[in-house]
This record gives sequence, structure tokens and C-alpha cells, in this order.
Amino acid sequence: MNGGGSLRQMRGVFIFAMIGVVFMFVAPYVLQLFTIINLTTAIALAVLALSLALVWGYGGILCFGQVAFFGLGAYAYTIAAINFGGSTWAILVAILAASAFATLLGYFMFYGRVSDVYLGVITLTVTLIFFSLIRRTSGPEYKIGNALMGGFNGVTSPPLNLPWDSSSFLFPEQVFYVAMAALILCYVFCGWLVTTHFGRVCVGIRENELRAELLGYDTRLYKLGIFTISAGVAAVGGVLFCNGVGRITPDVFNLYNAALTIIWVIVGGRGTLIGPVAATFGLFYLTSALGGQSLFNNNLVLGLILIFFVLLVPKGVAPTLSGWFTKRRKPQRVTRRRRRQGRAL
Amino acid sequence: MDLVVAVLFQLVYGIANLALISLGLAIIFGMMRVINLAHGEFLMLGGYTVVVATNNGVNMWFAMLILAPFVVGIIGVIVERMIIRWLYGRMVDTLLATWGLSLLLIGLVTSIFGASTATTISPPLGIIRIGDYSASGYELFLIGVTVVLFIAVWATLKLTKLGLVARGTMQNPEMSAALGVSNTRVYMITFGLGAAVSGLAGGLLAPVTGVLPTIGATYIAKAFITVISGGASILAGTAAGSILLGGINGIFAFITGPTIGEVALLVAAILLLRLMPRGITGRFFRKSL
Repeated sequence: MNGGGSLRQMRGVFIFAMIGVVFMFVAPYVLQLFTIINLTTAIALAVLALSLALVWGYGGILCFGQVAFFGLGAYAYTIAAINFGGSTWAILVAILAASAFATLLGYFMFYGRVSDVYLGVITLTVTLIFFSLIRRTSGPEYKIGNALMGGFNGVTSPPLNLPWDSSSFLFPEQVFYVAMAALILCYVFCGWLVTTHFGRVCVGIRENELRAELLGYDTRLYKLGIFTISAGVAAVGGVLFCNGVGRITPDVFNLYNAALTIIWVIVGGRGTLIGPVAATFGLFYLTSALGGQSLFNNNLVLGLILIFFVLLVPKGVAPTLSGWFTKRRKPQRVTRRRRRQGRAL
Repeated sequence: MDLVVAVLFQLVYGIANLALISLGLAIIFGMMRVINLAHGEFLMLGGYTVVVATNNGVNMWFAMLILAPFVVGIIGVIVERMIIRWLYGRMVDTLLATWGLSLLLIGLVTSIFGASTATTISPPLGIIRIGDYSASGYELFLIGVTVVLFIAVWATLKLTKLGLVARGTMQNPEMSAALGVSNTRVYMITFGLGAAVSGLAGGLLAPVTGVLPTIGATYIAKAFITVISGGASILAGTAAGSILLGGINGIFAFITGPTIGEVALLVAAILLLRLMPRGITGRFFRKSL
């Protein structure tokens, strides 16, 4: 449970991270450029899924508005990059802006002791207000520095460049490397975070907030902490997203995208990190495939998937699969029990 | 003077509008502790019912006042039987399942009617004059309907046997079941009635806003904020939330424009929840309905 065991507990994380690294170096040689560019967008969305998996799956915080931080990060990056004329500091600005907003919003929610369901609704509402707000900023009077907000059409995002060298832009293939590396780093970071003392307290709060509080932990502060961190991770996804797509529009804040994020985590499984990431890639290709035909509407299929999982597979795919797996291997029982005790703190 | 009256009228209309779109949600939430994320889609279905019916030659008033609540109420009952009833007591799961339902309904309506605005109907009841200013007669009508609807819901809950049984079941399901009430039926009817009120609201607003498959999203943010700020009491909460938030929205919109108005509404709601986490009726008028 303490420091020494942490590396062993992260074995799974490292295995998946290695698979990611191998994929990162093999993919550009195997796949076509078009697929690589598409994949960059999927990777950005996977970072978003990862951030929700952290805050919801481990923190137990029902954040329905994770796309707000994602979109905020993307907008902050774009506006900052246009004004600074380079992407180096813009990335930092994006992460700080999303985290700062999350801290502010989280302060009101956690210190107001808003309960979980309300929390979901408030975060969702904030997202939708962003949507309607930014949609209206189409006139020339709405600008931040040199960057026009562009209303419904959004803003064209400047591409990433080499650090401190704003003249050498990255090509789509290089952006893919950056995105994949960012995803792996975020994944390892989240995997590490949940094994730390901080992460364990957060899981303890998820399991039983009252007990954690009676043990002397300031649950409000821990919740605010994990909420802020996950917003920062979501902002990284946002930066990658607007680079993959080339522009950022208010549509990131809409109800469909907010729902999509929830669906990834539900399908992948709460309480795991790799599940939602894998589900993102799976569903990304499903929705792209559906986009090619007109018989079934995307909303329709996603709605059915969400209802199906909530009613019949409430744990999600990854925990259900690993549940089957561990049931097969009986000798594991002792470690399983120990692990469960660890989770309950 | 005329300006004051005209502005006041807009303010009252804004409040009534907020109350109208929130009431169905408040009934389902207040009575059953179910947060219905498909609320916006119930409103949308009400709107489509009216548009489709009037385009097929049905009288508009009949379509708005009878057909829309009836159709959406039936849909509500079907939804309750198929999805909600498996999830009672699991608030987060109901929330997610109704979100899935919301997407499903958007998808269904888009497949049937297309993604763009269906043929719209113009608001009836011309214009009324307030001195130099004019206001829409239909807006006045909507204010009236909202008041009547609140009275009707109050009377149903307070004066009829159905209301008594429903309130009893919500307070103590085991006890009411022991007294011979079929809880599942009460839940079904309550959900159906909440859906019907949403359908009525959606139908009434269809001439003002037009209909789109995704129009629900524009309603639900406001409806949720109103209901949550209002707190657990159905009528008092919705009324208090609408008056406070609608008032703030209206005043800010009048001074600075609609964009700032909506932001002010949200900021006010978040500040309010910091001070009163259980909403207005969690602090004041606790005994009210």
C-alpha cells in the first residue's frame, strides 16, 4: 500500500504504455496519412476520456461537463497561440486556464457541498451555457487580443511548432507523434496518481465520503484537487484536438459531445483507465463508420448503447472482462482480497 | 410609463417562460427523485406533435392544449415502463439512462423529420399595444396558461385522491404499499403526468421557437438550473427559482443584451447553490408543495 508497492501496482499501466509506444512508432509506417490524421483526433478524445475516467472512476465525481474543460483548453490554446505567435506558451496557458476555471467552479460546488447528482447537472449546465455563449460571439467586436472568436464558425487553430521556434511548424505526422506521446504520458501520470497517497484518499472518498471525513481528511480539498487535475488533463486533450482538426468551434461544448464522453467511460468501465481509452478508439471508429451511411443516425445508436450499458452492463467492458479473467484464475484470490481492502482504504 | 409597463411585461414573460419549461421536470424530480435528462426531448416531442398535427389540418388550439400533452404523456408512460422502473433508487443510473433516451429521441426524430426545422407555425393572437410599445398577445396568453397550469397542478396534488395517494407514496412507499396502493402504478402515472406537462409546455412554445430535433438542449440547461435552485418543493421551488433567475436574466438582458443575461443567470444560480445547497425551498418555505 505504501511507496514500495507502487511500482508493482503500476505494472499494468506500464504494459499498456509500452503497447502504446510500440503503436506510436509502427503506425506511421503501416497506416496512410489520412488515417494518421484521423487517429490524432481520436487520440485527443482519448485524453479527454482519460480525464473523465480519473475524476469519475477514481474520484467518484460525476462531472458531466468534462468537455467544458476540453473546449476551454482548445479555445485558450488557439487564442493564446494567435496572440503569442507560437504554441509553446499557449499549451501552458490552455492547461492553466482550464485548471483555474475548474478550481473556481469546483470551489463553489465542493465547498457548497453539492451532492453528486446535482454536480453532474451543474457541470452539464455550465457546458451548455458555454455553448450558447460562444456561439453568439460572431461579430468583429468579440475578440481577445488579435483573435476573433468567430461565433458559430469557430477559430482556426495555429498548428503546434517546435518549442521556442515559432517558424518550424509540425507536420500532421509529427503531430501524431506528439499526440500519442501526450496520451501515453497522461495515461502514466493518471496511473501513477491513483497509486499515490492522494489518489488513494480520493478513492476512499469515492467509496465512503463520511468515513474519509471522520478519519480526518478534508474531502472537499481532495475532491477539488482531483477535479482540477483532471481538468488540466482534459485541456491537454483539447490542445491536441484543435491541432488534429485544425480549428475549434463551439460545437465541442454541445450536448452530443458531453454525452459522448460519458458513454466512453460507461462503456470502458468506471474504475479503470485503459477501459475508457480503448472505448474511445472503438466508438470513434464506430461513429466514423456510421457517418458514412444514412440509415442509422449517430444519436440513435449512441443513445441505444448508453441505455444498453446502463441497464445490462453497468460496470462497463473492462471491469466485466477482468472479472471473468480473475474468476478463471483461482489462486489470485488472496491478492484480490488485499486489493479490495486497499481500495476501501 | 409605457416603457416601464413594456419592460415589466417582458420580465414577467421571461419568468413565466422559465416556469413553464421547468414544471414538468420539477414534477418528476420532486415527486420521484428522478432527474430526467430527456426533459428537453419531451418538450421537443410536444413541439413536433403540434407542428405535425396542424400541418395535417388539426385545429391548432386542440393540438397544443390536448394533443401535445396526451401524446407526450403516453410516451412518458412507455419510457417509465421500459427504462425508468428498473432503476428506481439509483439516481446516477437513471440520470445516465435518461441521457441515453435523450440521444435516442433526437436520433429518432432526426431520422423521421430530418435535421432542419420542420414547417413552423406562426404564433396566433396578434399584437397588443402598451402606449407606444407593442407586445405579443400570445406571450400574454402563455403567462396566463402558466398560472393556470400551476393552479391545476396544485389542485391535483392537494385536492384529489390521486394527488393524496401520490404524495403518500413518495413520502413512504412501504407504508402506502401496506395500505393497498400499487406503487408501480403511482410511479407510472406520476411520470406520465410530468411528461404530459412537459409536452404541453413544448407544444405551447412551438409557435414561438419553432421546432428542431436538437431544440431540447436550449431548454434543459435553464430548466435544470431553475429546478435545482428552487429545491425540492415542486410548485414553490419552481416558482421561486423562476422568479429569481428569470428576474436576474431579464434585468441583465435589458441592460446589456441576451448573452450577458444568460451568463448572469448561471452565475446567480451557482452563487445561490454555494449559499443554499438545497435550493431556495431547502431554506425557506420548507413545508410548501
